[in-house]
Amino acid sequence: MNNFKVLLNGIIKENPTFVLLLGMCPTLGTTSSALNGMSMGLATMAVLIVSNLLISLIKKLIPDAVRIPSYIVVIASLVTVLQMCIKAYAPDIDKSLGLFIPLIVVNCIILGRAESFAAKNGPIASIFDGIGIGLGFTLGLTCLGAVRELLGTGTIFGVTLWGESYGMLLFVLAPGAFLVLGYLIVLFNKLVKK
Amino acid sequence: MLVVLTVIAIVAAGVLAAVNAVTAPQIEKINADNLAAGIKAVMGNDDITVAEPQEIEGGFTAYAVTDANGESLGTAVTSTSNGFGGPLQVLVGFDNEGTILGYTILAHAETPGLGAKASDWFQSEDKNGKGGNACIVGKNPGQCNFTVSKDGGDIDAITASTITSRAFLLSIQNAYNKVIAGQDAVSGASTQASSSDEECCCGHEESEECCGECEDEKDCCSASDLGTPEVIE
Repeated sequence: MNNFKVLLNGIIKENPTFVLLLGMCPTLGTTSSALNGMSMGLATMAVLIVSNLLISLIKKLIPDAVRIPSYIVVIASLVTVLQMCIKAYAPDIDKSLGLFIPLIVVNCIILGRAESFAAKNGPIASIFDGIGIGLGFTLGLTCLGAVRELLGTGTIFGVTLWGESYGMLLFVLAPGAFLVLGYLIVLFNKLVKK
Repeated sequence: MLVVLTVIAIVAAGVLAAVNAVTAPQIEKINADNLAAGIKAVMGNDDITVAEPQEIEGGFTAYAVTDANGESLGTAVTSTSNGFGGPLQVLVGFDNEGTILGYTILAHAETPGLGAKASDWFQSEDKNGKGGNACIVGKNPGQCNFTVSKDGGDIDAITASTITSRAFLLSIQNAYNKVIAGQDAVSGASTQASSSDEECCCGHEESEECCGECEDEKDCCSASDLGTPEVIE
């Protein structure tokens, strides 16, 4: 597999949100607006790229029996570093996403890619896999957030499209997340499998 | 294999300690700046001196504020209550009589598009024709009934976010009671007894300043009598 294929694989064929259905907790929880979804996707992508790189570099040093705890230590440390950096240098992002950043640790996409890709491939390919899966996840979360925001509050990325008084609260709340996700999965599979 | 895991853990701890050492002062500075900017905003004055914070039992922190000439402007108080999604921390500025000068929400976990509106809702008067008695700026918790109109109070709740509104008003009322009036805080958002008509600042001539925003009595009171739309939160 060349690197471009790896990249595309993450976005379409193994899209974590619409095909693999991994990382559903942040997918459903953070997508109440397009911006929140996108920021969560980008933060996850940052962690994913670095964790894939590190794990593919140290994979030979880690005995099989302790690989999962080792991966978790690496991932948790990266997330904590990211959280501290966001708090210190991007307080605005921290305000809207602060609660969700620690959740990246338990996002099974990251452990899943470490286990299924980075542990078997070289560092360069692993970086591309991280970018691909990260973009796929960001795309999924942004679409979901945009649709929920549009249907729920009539805005998109904070820009009001139709009157201020419009509002369908269901879509901002949890049930809306499940409904919209279901329909987006149908749509995505319909488009891709043709 | 034990060695490998131990080494990984030690390296990870070292990296975390290093990053923490770099970012901790910066994070502290940002928090302090936020608070300073918040105090300026809620006191409605840029040229102020803030005294050392004073911790008050029950989780309140009071900052006595004086203007450039050394005259007391009032007190800014941080107060926390339980909102719909978690703790709701409010910074509210009182003048020396206890009238609210302004507020800002320091931390919250309310629903975006619903409870999160609290940061504007209680300080703007334009509600697209809905309600009209939600603005708390210029009111005094000692004279007004600081509960939502649904509970018999004087303040209009955020549409579909009654729990957030109750928590918000409770935190302001508690801050007033504890810091300004020096009484005990009330215990629950919905347990406060509803006021009789005499206590309603809106229908009362003496406390006109308390609802200075209202054009006339009738407007003001009818708004609070109507109550708010259905509760969803």
